[in-house]
Amino acid sequence: MTTTTGITSVAGAIGSGRTRVEGRDKVTGAARYAGEVPFAELAHGWLMLSTVARGRIRSVEDGPVLAMPGVLTVLHHGNAPRVDIDYMGMLGRPNPIVGIFQHDRVPFAGWPVALVVAETSEQAREAAEALVVEYDVEPHDVAFRAGRQDAYTPESTPMVQPETEKGDVEAQLDASAVVVDAEYTTPEEHHNPMEPHAATARWDGGRLDVVDSNQGSSWVANELAQLFSLDPASVRVRSEHVGGAFGSKGLSPHQVAAVMATTVLQRPVRVVLTRRQMFSLIGYRSPTAQRIRLGADADGRLRALDHQAQSLTSTVYEFIESSAVLGRVLYDADAHHTLHRLVRLDVPTPTWMRAPGEAPGSFALESALDELAEKCGVDPIALRVRNEPETGPVSGLPFSSRNVLACFEEGARRFGWADRDPRPGLRREGRWLIGTGTAAATYPSGVGPSTAAVTAEPDGTFTVRINAADVGTGARTAMLLVAADTLGVDPDSVRVRIADSDIGPAMIAGGSMGTRSWAWAVTIAANELRERLALGGGIPPEGITARSDTAEAIGALSKKERHSFGAQFAEVAVDVDTGEVRVRRLLGIYAAGTIVNPLTARSQFIGGMIWGLSMALHEEAVRDQVSGGHVGPDLAGYHFAAHADVPLIEADWVDDPVPGDPVAIKGIGEIGIVGVAAAIANAVWHATGVRHRELPIRPDRVLRAADEARRRATDGIPVGMEEGGTRGGPAEGGARGGGAEGGAPGA
Amino acid sequence: MREFGYERAFDVSGAVALIGSDPDARFLGGGTNLVDLMKTGVERPALLVDVRELPLDRIELERDGGLRIGATVTNSDLAAHPDVRRHYPALAQAVLAGASGQLRNMATVGGNLLQRTRCGYFTDISRPCNRRSPGSGCPAVGGEHHNHAILGASEHCIATHPSDMAVALAAFDAVISYETADGPGELPIDGFYPPVGDTPHIETTLPPGALITGVTLPPAPVAARSRYRKVRERASFAFAIGSIAGALDVEDGVVREVRLALGAVASMPWRARAAERLLVGGPASAEAFAAAADAELAAAEALPDNGYKVTLMRNLIVAVLTELTEEVSR
Repeated sequence: MTTTTGITSVAGAIGSGRTRVEGRDKVTGAARYAGEVPFAELAHGWLMLSTVARGRIRSVEDGPVLAMPGVLTVLHHGNAPRVDIDYMGMLGRPNPIVGIFQHDRVPFAGWPVALVVAETSEQAREAAEALVVEYDVEPHDVAFRAGRQDAYTPESTPMVQPETEKGDVEAQLDASAVVVDAEYTTPEEHHNPMEPHAATARWDGGRLDVVDSNQGSSWVANELAQLFSLDPASVRVRSEHVGGAFGSKGLSPHQVAAVMATTVLQRPVRVVLTRRQMFSLIGYRSPTAQRIRLGADADGRLRALDHQAQSLTSTVYEFIESSAVLGRVLYDADAHHTLHRLVRLDVPTPTWMRAPGEAPGSFALESALDELAEKCGVDPIALRVRNEPETGPVSGLPFSSRNVLACFEEGARRFGWADRDPRPGLRREGRWLIGTGTAAATYPSGVGPSTAAVTAEPDGTFTVRINAADVGTGARTAMLLVAADTLGVDPDSVRVRIADSDIGPAMIAGGSMGTRSWAWAVTIAANELRERLALGGGIPPEGITARSDTAEAIGALSKKERHSFGAQFAEVAVDVDTGEVRVRRLLGIYAAGTIVNPLTARSQFIGGMIWGLSMALHEEAVRDQVSGGHVGPDLAGYHFAAHADVPLIEADWVDDPVPGDPVAIKGIGEIGIVGVAAAIANAVWHATGVRHRELPIRPDRVLRAADEARRRATDGIPVGMEEGGTRGGPAEGGARGGGAEGGAPGA
Repeated sequence: MREFGYERAFDVSGAVALIGSDPDARFLGGGTNLVDLMKTGVERPALLVDVRELPLDRIELERDGGLRIGATVTNSDLAAHPDVRRHYPALAQAVLAGASGQLRNMATVGGNLLQRTRCGYFTDISRPCNRRSPGSGCPAVGGEHHNHAILGASEHCIATHPSDMAVALAAFDAVISYETADGPGELPIDGFYPPVGDTPHIETTLPPGALITGVTLPPAPVAARSRYRKVRERASFAFAIGSIAGALDVEDGVVREVRLALGAVASMPWRARAAERLLVGGPASAEAFAAAADAELAAAEALPDNGYKVTLMRNLIVAVLTELTEEVSR
């Protein structure tokens, strides 16, 4: 340590709660978002989207529009700059939707057909709405349903292995005393970050400069460079503040349109999406139809786990909602089978949305586990203890750390689970039936290569440069804590620069990989700087900078099952007259490695849990079969939980050391949502005695199901034998429903 | 967005004169619905006449016990007014069940009555809609309609009226006052919203260019024991999938007077007169309530996805009348 740097050793910045560095700027409005940063000579672009779901553009009548006040240009497939979509980006081939205005084909309702650029946003909008586009309409198909004959099994990708098999599932099902065979569906869901997508592009001294809202400025810069055949060094992308992303903020048509327009007009151009446009341009979560078959011994030990999930994709790009992957991690079974099937429809391409795969998949699997617990007469938590694997159930690899049972133990203690009467439909308070439910959660703990630089400044402060994206999570603050902790200095002496592609490549804020990836790079650089400072000597005017690149270290990581885990608990009340479901309590306990900033981590967990509640009870985008577009694609028509829906929520975590791991930080961005919908659905069953296998659990569905259950009960048919639902026999009989008469995905 | 003119009116006759007979002019109250519709292109007015400054913001108890509510009274002020809460509690409850605090601070009584349906086809100008664009068709009948009408609808339109307040006003026989260039007029709420028939685009019986100036609630002692219950798909900030305003007077177990109006089941607040007729003079029992509900809902016509509303409204009628009966006996 040298006197010149003024270092005083401060221990334990990691794990101390710290409010966001930029919090004051955000709440006072000083923080400028991508749609607000001022530029001289700024022009405004407005996207015009197709109103037909399939066909060809016959004509774009731009003449009259060009004569409207303030209109500068109209870009469309007849005149737009050419781009190249035949490239390999950081996360694979680009979604062809970024190749806007390149041809006359319309593959879905809401495809960009023109950009009107004008002096003001209002003029651009008025002109875009006046623009007449003629189409040759072709018949479309947007009908997603279970058991479509044209479903297919996609090829493996670096992201998703569509099918895994271990052992003989059919033989194990035959040998099982108890079988659950049930189908679950989840609807189309949309991200809807508070800040709509926005980008401003301009040419600045021969460089393309884009002010954007995204999850990774290196990523978007690289994609833009390839798309426009530019030298990567001549593209700069910044995204200082991001008002939520959730998987939806990569490269989308608006950035491409802004770059095209600034290239044509040679002045800065801004394109901001409307809420309605976001429903077709930025991706969404595919609806799913899932079939789960569980075979178990009478005591609940799993013999077979079969999870088959069908989702949709567009006709132009393949995206797999990997709903069936979590069983590969969660439960031991003698035989395992997981399968993903896709249907190609005339709809926009889905994309990652908070806990892609695990969110809808956990609704199905964790509901099925609850049904198995009911049939076996085993407590749902005891059932999970009974099926806890030693190693990866399919891979056989060791876990880097696995503390899901500790989550259940701590959660059960806090929730008062031990006092729970497992019988359904017994607790009533006035017009409300009360029930409780639980579910497990898991999400992969991945990592991506990143570079970082940490500088000791002559004034005794430190500057960290890491091209992270703070999508509202508190990433900037987390990196500050990581650097301060490693350097052993007061966090107030550290500043962090993020969200600028000129900083150098780094992992995106996605897949719960950001904090782990960036912290690794920052730790290495900060450690090296600390060692160099320890040698003594003065700090030159330019400071002393240590750099890192984690690519090699990541490549050397041993193969392990690396995941975060959790246990979700819910208490619900169901109105017997109206079918309204209200969540009274939520508790989530997580095992997610080192928690860097407890304050913002808790926010992330709670945010995920609220989304899980929203998914369970509210969220659903409705597609009109006739037009092929949405009905009510805005925040009036697409419901998510309001404040009044959100009850007392508690989120906490157990110790989760990761032996031998270089950073011991896992991701926490996704896991909060995983399992929540199942915990709530299981609680609704506990309250009412009726299983809900279709999300969201709307009042009309609760009312219908209750009517149906009553009718069947009076007819002498036991509850729980609803059509399309469980077909397994009762535990005591050992009988087993077979076949796939319900039209299961993959059948 | 189309450029539009903006004028502020300071007296009623001035406001009426500014609108004149211009079909492209609109009165602007709180703007909580109209401005949204302008953003989506459903409304493209050339002129807005702001009526919020008109001297119509008073609530007065009339000598006969009735209540006179000015058209520019905000939802917040209406719900908070002591006379409303005391004499017509269901009205205060209905208003508070709608929107959010911020919206209620802006929204006005006159505008509330003139709210447009939130049918997802009506609000999307790229779709057909007989209400918005007469003769273009109704895609909701064969499309998304799980929150559409079961009473009084037609093949031309199955949209529902979105107002909570209007449901309570219907139960209490409100009379709507208006002003035109030819002088003032009045309409009972019963005739204010015409049947859908084959003219769903005609949403009220107000004369062209008329300005709503107020609402009068006749004296109704039964209203003092009233309640509003709203069912929706989330706990707040959503339109009803079913709602009910009920008032009940019971003596010695016999129904002396009853008021029932249903929301989110028709293109208008639905006064349940068949149920009321059956109840008056009969026993205040669960069986009688259920029979009355069945009588009212006998006319219901359900489509594939909104049939649950029959069960829902039956349950609501029985539940609210039962609660009111229990209140009487306390």
